[in-house]
Amino acid sequence: MLSYVLKRMLLILPVALGVSVVCFLLVHLSPGDPLTAILPTDASAETQAEMRKLYGFDQPLPVQFVLWLGRVLTGDLGTSIATGRPVAFEVGRAVVNSVILAAAATLIGFFFGSLFGFVAGYFRNSWIDKLASFLAVIGVSVPHYWLGMVLVIIFSVQLNLLPATGGGPNGSSDARSLDWDYLRFLILPAVTMSVIPMGIIARTLRALVAEILSQEFVQGLTAKGLLDRGVFAHVVKNAAPTAFAVMGLQLGYLLGGSILIETVFAWPGTGFLLNTAIFQRDLPLLQGTILVLAMFFVVLNLVVDVAQAAVDPRVKRS
Amino acid sequence: MVSLSPALPAVPTVVARSPGYWSGVFTRLSRDKLAMAALAILVLIVLMAILAPYLAPADPAKATMLRRLKPIGTPGYPLGGDELGRDMLSRLIYGSRLSLIMGVTPVPVAFVIGTILGVTAGYAGGFLNTVIMRTADVFFAFPSVLLAVALSGALGAGLLNAMVALTIVFIPPVTRIAEAVTTQVRSLDYVEAARTSGAGAAKIIRIHVLPNVLGPVFVYATSLISVSMILAAGLSFLGLGVRPPEAEWGLMLNTLRTAIYTQPMVAALPGIMIFITSISFNTLSDGLRSAMDVKA
Amino acid sequence: MTGPLSPASTRNAESVWPPEVWRAPKKTVLDPRDRGGPAQPLLSVTGLVKHFKVGGSPFGEGTVVRAVDGVDFDLIKGETLGIVGESGCGKSTTARLLMQLMPPDAGRLVFDGEELGGALSLTEYRRQVQMVFQDSYASLNPRLTIEDSIAFGPQVHGLPARQAIARAHDLLDRVGLEPARFAGRFPHELSGGQRQRINIARALAMNPRLVILDEAVSALDKSVEAQVLNLLMDLKQEFNLTYIFISHDLNVVRFMVDRVLVMYLGKVAELGGRDAVFNQPAHPYTAALLASMPSMDPDHRVERPPLTGDPPNPINPPPGCRFHPRCAVAEAVCSVKEPEMAATGTDRAGARHAAACLMRAAGSGHSRAPAVAVPA
Repeated sequence: MLSYVLKRMLLILPVALGVSVVCFLLVHLSPGDPLTAILPTDASAETQAEMRKLYGFDQPLPVQFVLWLGRVLTGDLGTSIATGRPVAFEVGRAVVNSVILAAAATLIGFFFGSLFGFVAGYFRNSWIDKLASFLAVIGVSVPHYWLGMVLVIIFSVQLNLLPATGGGPNGSSDARSLDWDYLRFLILPAVTMSVIPMGIIARTLRALVAEILSQEFVQGLTAKGLLDRGVFAHVVKNAAPTAFAVMGLQLGYLLGGSILIETVFAWPGTGFLLNTAIFQRDLPLLQGTILVLAMFFVVLNLVVDVAQAAVDPRVKRS
Repeated sequence: MVSLSPALPAVPTVVARSPGYWSGVFTRLSRDKLAMAALAILVLIVLMAILAPYLAPADPAKATMLRRLKPIGTPGYPLGGDELGRDMLSRLIYGSRLSLIMGVTPVPVAFVIGTILGVTAGYAGGFLNTVIMRTADVFFAFPSVLLAVALSGALGAGLLNAMVALTIVFIPPVTRIAEAVTTQVRSLDYVEAARTSGAGAAKIIRIHVLPNVLGPVFVYATSLISVSMILAAGLSFLGLGVRPPEAEWGLMLNTLRTAIYTQPMVAALPGIMIFITSISFNTLSDGLRSAMDVKA
Repeated sequence: MTGPLSPASTRNAESVWPPEVWRAPKKTVLDPRDRGGPAQPLLSVTGLVKHFKVGGSPFGEGTVVRAVDGVDFDLIKGETLGIVGESGCGKSTTARLLMQLMPPDAGRLVFDGEELGGALSLTEYRRQVQMVFQDSYASLNPRLTIEDSIAFGPQVHGLPARQAIARAHDLLDRVGLEPARFAGRFPHELSGGQRQRINIARALAMNPRLVILDEAVSALDKSVEAQVLNLLMDLKQEFNLTYIFISHDLNVVRFMVDRVLVMYLGKVAELGGRDAVFNQPAHPYTAALLASMPSMDPDHRVERPPLTGDPPNPINPPPGCRFHPRCAVAEAVCSVKEPEMAATGTDRAGARHAAACLMRAAGSGHSRAPAVAVPA
C-alpha cells in the first residue's frame, strides 16, 4: 500500500510540472510584453529596466521558467497589481471561501444525486427511474449561472427570503461562523452549484446499481426470495467506493469551475478573484490563482486514487 | 455438408446485402421519440439562426432609451425590451447565430484534432504515445471551466479567442477516448489479420481501425456540444466572449443581470434559450449513444 | 472429395477419432512456387526466443516472462504439424512469432530455403504464410461485409477490387458458404462456425502455402468442429497446403496431424510422428498429458490426475529440466542439468522422434538413461 502511494505520488510529479509550465506560459500567451502585466502602465523607464532584470525577462524562456518555479516553490507567487498585496495572500484568503462553497455544494449534490440514482437504478424503467433520469439530464444541461439568476429572482427578489449576493453580512467574509447570518448567504450559491454533481452522481449511481443488480448471484438471491436487506447492503457496499470517488473528483471540478457561480453571487472566492484578475489585467493574480486551483485538483485526484485503492484492492493492480 | 465444387469461373454473383451499420443506427435513432423531438427543436433553432433577418420583427441593435426594460407582452415588443430598449425577441433570434457558432464550432474542430492525435498515439504506441498522452494529462489536470477561463483570460476577450480556448479544452478528452478505443481495437485479431496480409499502417488505420474507432469517439463528441454551449455562453457571460453590442445569449444574460429586480422574466429569457439548446443536444446525444450501443 | 470420415455418418464427434485411423501417405504435388524440392523443409525454425517484460518502469526492474525460450523445428512440405501443450506454454506466442506479428528476440526463419529478412522479404513471406485465429468474431472487422473482409488481402497485393470480390465469392463457395447469401452480410449476423469458415477463406485468399491454425476450432461446438476439421482437410488437399495446427485438445490433434510437437514452458519437450508420440511418448510430460486425456472408453477412465499442480510460472522457470518439479520419475540430476533434444527413434513413416528428457540422453546421469545414444 505504501509503495503504491509513493508510486502514485511519483507519477503526478511530471503532471504537476506540466501544469506549472502551462500556468507559466499563460502570461506569455497574452498579447504584449509580459512586463506590462506586472507593472502599472505609468512606470518609469528605470523601473521597467529594473523590473525586467529582477524578473529575469531579459533571459531566455526556459531560464525564466526555472527562476519563476524557484520563486513559486518558496511560496512567492508575485504581487497583485490590483491590490498591491502578495498573490499568495489574496489566493489564500479566497480559496477558503471557495472550498466552503464547493464542499457544501458537493454534499448537497451527493446526497440528492445518490438518492435519485439509487432509486432509479433500483426501480429500473419505472416512472421514478424516468423522472430521476430526466432530472439528471436537466442537471447536466442547465446553464448553472442562469439557474443561479433564476433562484435569486425567486428567493431574493420575489420572496425576499435569502440574500442575493455576497459572502456574509456587511459584505464581510473573513469573520466566518456557523451562524445563520452567514449560512443564509451560502444557501443559494451552494444549491445552484450542487445541480452539476447531482446530475453526474445520479447518472453514475443509476448505472452502477443497475449493473450490480443484474449480476448473477444477486439475481440468484432475488430468485430465492432473499431480496431487500441483503441485496440492499450488497449494492450499497459495492456502489459506495465509486460514488465517493466521483464525489471527490466533482469537488475538484466545482472548485475550479466556481468562477461563473461566484460571479453571479459575488461570492468572495477564487472565482471572483479570477474575474477581478481578468478584468484588471492582473496577470500575476490570474497566474497564481490558476496554479493553486490546478495543483489542488491534481492533489485531489491523487487522494481519490489512493483512497479508492485503500478500499478496493483491485484498483491497485490495474 | 461442405460442397467442394472445382474452381468456378468468376461470375458476378447477385449478393443479398445486409443494411450497413450506420443505416441501422439511424433506423434505431429515428424510432427514439425523445431524440427525434430534440432533433426537431435543434433544426428549428438552426433555421432561426439562418433566417434571422426574415424572422426578427425589429432591428436587434436599435436602442431606444424610452422603451427600456419593457415587460413581456408590451405592444410591439412581444418579449419585452432589454436594458437599452432593444427588442428582446429580435435579439434572441439574432443571438442564436453567435451562440451556436461559438458553442458548436469548438467541438468538431476538437473532434478532428483529438481523433488524429488519439489514433496516432494509440496505433503508434511507444514514445509517440507517451508524448501525446502525457501532454493530454497535463491539460486534463485543469478542471474544464478553469482552463477555458484561464486561456481566454490570457488570450484576451473576443469571439475567436473564446472559441480557441474551448477547442483547446476539448482536445484532451477526445484524444484520451480515441487513444483508449484505438489501443483496444489495435490488439483485436482482425487488425492482426490485416497485418498478416502485408497492408501498411495507413491502409490498416483507414479500413480497419478508424471505422471502429470513430463511432464511440463521435458519440462522446456529440455529448460535448451541450457542455460547449454552456461554457461558450458562460465565457460571454463573464465578458470573455462576444463583445457588446452584439447579440449573444450569454452576453445578454450578463447585461440583463441588473434587470432581475425590475423585469425578472425578461432577464431570464436568454438563459432559457441556452437551456433548451443544451438539453436538446444532450438528449440527441443520449439517443445516438443508445442507438449505437446495440451491437459492438 | 470427402474427409476420412464424413460428419454426416458420425453423429458423435468423439467417435470420429479411433486411434487406428491410418491415412495413406500423401502423394507430393509439387507447387509451382516450390524452390527447394520435397526434401527441403517448408519452414525451418532455429532458436526462436521471445521474452516479455511485465510491469516495471522504463528504467528496468519488472519481471521477464520467457514465453518462448529457444524453439527449433523443421516443417515438412505438405504435412500437418500439431503443436500441443497446456495453456501458457507458448503455443500462441510461437504462432504469432511465426506470423511475424511481433518481433522475436532471437531466432531465424528459413522459408523453403530462403531466410526471412535475407533473400525473402516480409511482404513475400506473408503472401505465403497465413493464419486463422481462435476467436472467430474478433478476427473479423465488424464494419466490413464478408466479401470485403476476404477481398482485403488480395487488394492490398494489387488485385483490382472487382477481381478480388470475385475471388472472395469463389472462396466462400469453396468453404461451403453460398456467396449470394453470405457475401453481403456482416460478421455478427453469422454463427461461430460460419465465421470460422470465413476466416479460413480470408487466409486462403492470399493463396498461401502454409496456414497456421491457432486454436482455430477450439471455440466451436463439437459437431461444428468436426465439420470445420473435415473442411480443413479437404482444403489442404485441394490447395496443396501445409498446416501448423495449434490446439490444446489432444483428440483433435490426433485426428488432424502427421507429426506432433509438445511444448512445455516455452521449450520443445517432444517432437515426433503422431502415432509414435501418442503410442510411445518419450517425454514424461507427454505421457502425463496423454494420460489426462478424457477417454470415452469406460475401461480407460483416468483414476488419478497424472499432472498435479499448475504449470510453473514462465516468469521464473525452475532450473535444470523445467518439468522436474511435476515429474514422477525426476532424479537429482534433473534439477541441475538442462536436457537437450535426444533422438529416440524413427516411426514407420520415417519421421524422427526426439525428446528433451535426460532419460533419453545417453550418459546424462539419469538412472534410466540409455548407455548408447539412439542414432537420429
